Amino acid sequence: MSSAELSASQIESQWSQPYKGTVGMLSLIAAESAIFTIFVVAYIFYIGKSISGPTPKILELPIFASICLLSSSLTIHLAVGALRKANYSTFKLLWFVTFALGTIFLTATGREWHHLIFDEGLTISTNLFGTTYYSLVGLHAFHVTVGLVGLLIVFLLSLVARVKQEHGERVEVFALYWHFVDAVWVVVFTVVYIVGR
Amino acid sequence: MGRFIHRRELSSLVRSISDGMRLLAVLLCAAQICAAQGPSAVPNIFKPASTPADSIHKLSVFVLIVTGLIFAVVFSLLAYAVVKFRHRPGQDNREPAQVYGSNQIELAWTVIPVLIVLVLFFATARVIQSVQNAAPPGGTLEVTAVGHQFWWEFRYPTYGVVTANELHIPASDLGTPTPTFVKLLSADTDHSFWVPQLAGKTDLIPNRKNSMWMEPHEPGIYLGQCAQYCGTQHAKMLLRVYVDTPTAFQTWIAAQKLPAADSNAVNAGRRVFEQTACINCHTIAGTVANGRFGPDLTHLMSRQTIASGAATNTHENLKQWIHNPETMKPGSLMPAMNLSDADLEALTLYLESLK
Amino acid sequence: MSSESISLVGVRAPSQPIGDVLTSWITTVDHKRLGILYILYAVLFLVVGGIEATIMRIQLIVPNNHFVSPQFFNQMFTVHGTTMIFFVAMPMVFGFGNYLVPLMIGARDMAFPRLNAFSFWLTAFGGVLLYFSFVGGNGLYGAGAAPDVGWFAYAPLTAKAFSIGHSTDFWTLSLLVSGFGSIGTAVNFVATIISMRCPGMTLGKMPLLAWMNLVTAGLVILAVSPLTAAQVMLCCDRFLGAHFFDTQAGGSAVLWMHFFWIFGHPEVYVLVIPSFAFISEIVPVFSRKPIFGYPVMVAATVGIGFVSMTVWAHHMFTVGMNSYANTFFAITTMVVGIPTGIKIFNWLGTMWGGRLILKTPMLFCIAFLFQFLIAGLTGIMLSAAPFNWQLSASYFVVAHFHYVIVGGILFAIFAASYYWFPKIGGRMYNETLGKVHFWLFVIGFHMTFDFMHIPGLLGMPRRIYTYEAGRGWDIWNLIVTLGAFVQGIAILIFVCNLLYSRFKGELAGNDPWDAWTLEWATSSPPAEYNFAKIPVVRSRRPLWDIKHPEDPDWKYEG
Repeated sequence: MSSAELSASQIESQWSQPYKGTVGMLSLIAAESAIFTIFVVAYIFYIGKSISGPTPKILELPIFASICLLSSSLTIHLAVGALRKANYSTFKLLWFVTFALGTIFLTATGREWHHLIFDEGLTISTNLFGTTYYSLVGLHAFHVTVGLVGLLIVFLLSLVARVKQEHGERVEVFALYWHFVDAVWVVVFTVVYIVGR
Repeated sequence: MGRFIHRRELSSLVRSISDGMRLLAVLLCAAQICAAQGPSAVPNIFKPASTPADSIHKLSVFVLIVTGLIFAVVFSLLAYAVVKFRHRPGQDNREPAQVYGSNQIELAWTVIPVLIVLVLFFATARVIQSVQNAAPPGGTLEVTAVGHQFWWEFRYPTYGVVTANELHIPASDLGTPTPTFVKLLSADTDHSFWVPQLAGKTDLIPNRKNSMWMEPHEPGIYLGQCAQYCGTQHAKMLLRVYVDTPTAFQTWIAAQKLPAADSNAVNAGRRVFEQTACINCHTIAGTVANGRFGPDLTHLMSRQTIASGAATNTHENLKQWIHNPETMKPGSLMPAMNLSDADLEALTLYLESLK
Repeated sequence: MSSESISLVGVRAPSQPIGDVLTSWITTVDHKRLGILYILYAVLFLVVGGIEATIMRIQLIVPNNHFVSPQFFNQMFTVHGTTMIFFVAMPMVFGFGNYLVPLMIGARDMAFPRLNAFSFWLTAFGGVLLYFSFVGGNGLYGAGAAPDVGWFAYAPLTAKAFSIGHSTDFWTLSLLVSGFGSIGTAVNFVATIISMRCPGMTLGKMPLLAWMNLVTAGLVILAVSPLTAAQVMLCCDRFLGAHFFDTQAGGSAVLWMHFFWIFGHPEVYVLVIPSFAFISEIVPVFSRKPIFGYPVMVAATVGIGFVSMTVWAHHMFTVGMNSYANTFFAITTMVVGIPTGIKIFNWLGTMWGGRLILKTPMLFCIAFLFQFLIAGLTGIMLSAAPFNWQLSASYFVVAHFHYVIVGGILFAIFAASYYWFPKIGGRMYNETLGKVHFWLFVIGFHMTFDFMHIPGLLGMPRRIYTYEAGRGWDIWNLIVTLGAFVQGIAILIFVCNLLYSRFKGELAGNDPWDAWTLEWATSSPPAEYNFAKIPVVRSRRPLWDIKHPEDPDWKYEG
C-alpha cells in the first residue's frame, strides 16, 4: 500500500483537500437548485391550466434586464481575477459595475410587476398563472436581492481597504453564489418567457 | 483469510430450510381452501369476494411466500451466528481471523436478490395491468361516487337515482358478467373508497376523476370505510355495500327511481322540513327540497343506518341526530336544528315516511 | 467538561457559577456540545411524543371509547408524527453525527462552527413553534389548537377553507424554520467530511459512519429543500391567496402529494442511514472483526441514496396514477431493497466467524438486524402495488413504518447511546440496567408492533379516533396498547440509567471497548480541541494499527 510506506511527515506534506468554503457553497447551491426545481415544476405543470384571468400572452420579454444580469456574471468573474492579482482599483470598479447591473435587473423586474399588477390586473391570487409566475420570478428576485446585499457589503469593505488579495478564495465563493443566481435566471427566463408563452 | 461455513453445517442448514418451506406451503394451501368466499363482518383482505380483490389476493399470497422464505433463511443464519459465535466465558481472548470480505460471496448475495426482485416485479406488473386497465364489458353498471365530509353520495346516472352511504350493486355471474364501475369524485377534500373484500382502495380527490371497479360473486353486505384522513369525522365515514342478486337489485333500483312517498298523515312534519333550513342542504325528489350539500333523503328509510353508518336507522337515533348531531358524530357538518319537541317529533315521523 | 483542557483521572475542576455554565452552553459553537444539545433535545421530545402516542393508544384500547375527543385525537396523531420525525429522529441523527464525525476524521471541529450553532437553534425554535400552537393556534373556539391535518398535511385539507385558524400555519412555519436548520447542518457535514479529514484519510479510508453521514447530508440537501419549497407554496396559498393547491381554482391536490413525498421518502433514508452507520461501527467492535466488505457497504449506501430519490410515489399508489406510473414506482421501490438487504448480509458476514461480545450495545444491534429484516420485508410487500391498494392507509402501514423507525432506528440509537456514552460522559453506564431496558423494550416493542399488522389486514384504516366493535379489531388493539406501556417503562429505565451513571458511574477511560476508530484515542470526554496533534492515518482502523504493529490493517486492505 503506497501511502503506508511513506512516513507520517511525507503523508502530511502531500495531503490536500478542497477548500471548505467552496464545498459549502456548492452544497448550498445544490439545495437552492432543488428548491427552484420544485417551483419550476409547479410552473410547467400549471401552464394552460388557469380557469380564468390573464394568460402568459401579456408578458413581454425582459431582454435588456437579462443582458444586464448575465453580463454581471462576467464582470464579477473579472473582478475576482483582478483581486487575485491585487489590482484593487480594477476590482472595486468591476465589483461596483456588477452591483449596478444587478440593481438594474431588479428595478426592471419591479417595473414589470407594477405594469402587470396595475395595468393587466395580474396578482399572485388572480389565477394559477399569477400564482406560479410571481412565486417563481419572485423567488429569483429574492435571491438577487440577497446577492445585492452581499455585493454591497463587500464593496463597502473594499472602500475602506479591508478586502485584500488573500481574501480571493472567499470572494470567489461569494461569486459562485452570484453565478448560480444568473444560471437560475437562464432557466426561469426559458421556462416563463419562452416555453410558457 | 478465515474459513466460512463448514460443509457439514451448511447441509444441515439447507435441510432444515427445505423442511420449513414444505410445511409453509402446506399450511398456506390449507388456509386458502378453508377461507370462506362470502361476506364477513370482519373486512378481511384475505377473504376476497370480487374479481379485483381476488387478483390482489393471489398476488399477496405469492409475495408472502417469497418474503416468508427470505425471512426464514436470513433469520436462521442470524440466529445461528449469534449462538455459534458468541464469546463463552473461559474462551481465550484472542482476536479471530480478520476477514475483510469475499468477492464471490458478495456477488452471490447481490445476484440472488436481483433475481428475486425480477420475479416479484413481473408478477406485480401483470396484476397492475389486469386490474387498472380492465375494460368494462357490456353489462356493466355505472355508479358515480362523490366523497363529502363525512358521507358518501352515490349516483346511478343510467337510472337517474341518487342515494347516500349504502351502495347497492348486483352480484356478477361468471357467465354473463355484470361488474360495477365506479367513477370517484370529491366535493371537498381527499377521501378513499375501501371495501376490502371487494377491491383495493382508490382515492377520491377534488378536481380529479378516478375510477375503480368491483365484480362480486356472493350476495350480502360488505363493510368498509373512508381510508384517507378527511377531517374530524373521518373515522365515522363508514361504507356498506349491498351486493344483491340481479332480481333484488332491479327491485331496489325501481323503488329508488320513484319520487318521495307523499302521505297527508305527515303534513306537519313536511311543513317543518320545508320551512326550516333543511331544504338548503337536502334533496327529497318530488318536493321543493333540492339541496346538494347533505345526503339525498328521498328514500331515507330504505337505508339501515344513518350518518354514514354512525348509527342505526331507528326512531330514537333519527330524532337525536336531527336534534343535535354533535352528540353522535362531533364535528359533523350538519348543524343542530334546535327544534321544539313537537316539531322534532313531527319531522321525524315525516322522514320515517320516506320509504 | 466545561473548560477543562485536559481531563486528569480523579481531578475535578473547581465548579463554576450556574449562570456561567448555562451561558457557555447557550453560546457554544463546539461540535461536541452542540451534539449533546441535539441529543438532549431529542430525548425530551421522545418523551413528549411517547405521551402523545400513549394518549392515542388509550383512546383506541376498546371500540367507541371516549377518553379524548375526535378533535384532540386528530391533533395527537398530527403532532406525534411531526414531533417524532422532525424533533426526535432528525436531531438524534444530527446530534450523534455532530459529536462523532469530526472526532472520527481527526478534525478539531466542524467546517463552520457558527453555522452549526445557528442550525441547532433554528431546529430548536421550530419545535417550540409547533408546541406553541397548543396555546396560540386559534382554533374554532378561540382557544389554542394544535395542527390536526396529519403529519403529511394533504391538500386541500390544509386550505384556509378546511383548516380554520392558525394551527396549520404553526405546522408549516415550524417545519420551514427547522428545515433551514437541517439544510445548514447538512452543508456543514458535507464541507467537513470533504475538506477536513486528517492526513492519510482518503475517502476510502474514512470510517463508515463518516461515509454514511456524507450520503445523509446529500439527501438532506436534495430532499428537505423540496419540502421547504412546498411549505412556501402552502404559505402563499394560506396568506396571499395563491392557488398552488386550491382545487377550486384548478389547482392539484396530487401536486402537493408529489412534492411532499419527494421529500418524505428520502427523509426516511436520512433517518435510517445514520442508523446503519451506528450498526456498522458497533457490530465489528463487538464481533472483534473488521466490517465485512467495506467497499460494497460504501457503494450500497451511495446507491441507496440515489435510488431513494426515485421511489416517492409508492406512497401514492392509491391516488389514481396510471398503470405505467404505478409499475415504475413499484420496480424502483423493489430495487432500493436490494442494496439495503445486502447490508444485512454484510453485517451478518461481519459477525460470522467472530467472537461476539453480547453487551448492551451489541444486543440492540442484533435486535436491529432481526427487526430491520422484517421491516424491510413488509416494505417489499407494500412495494407490490396491487397488494398496496389493500394495505396502504391501514394499520399495516403504521406497523411497517414503526417497525423501521422504532425497531430499526430507535434500537440503533439505543445501541449508539450505550456505546458512546462512556466517551461522551466519561463514565460507564450500568450494564445490568442496560440489559433490563433491552429485554423490556424488546417485549413491549413486539407486543405493540407485531400485532399491529393484523388490524390492518382486517380492514382497519389509520387516523381514526375510534372504531366499530365486531370487526375483529378489538383484541389486537388491546394488546397493542398494553405493549406501549411496557415500552414506556423501559425508556424510563434507560433515561434513569444514563442520568445516574453520568454522575456516579465507573470511570470509563479512553477506550473501554478496545475499539479501532480515532475517537477512542482521545480522553473521555475529549478535550475541547479534540486532538493535541492532528493524527496521521494509514488504514481504516488506525487504532488497530497502533495496537497490532506486527499485523497492521494497511498491509491487507485492498
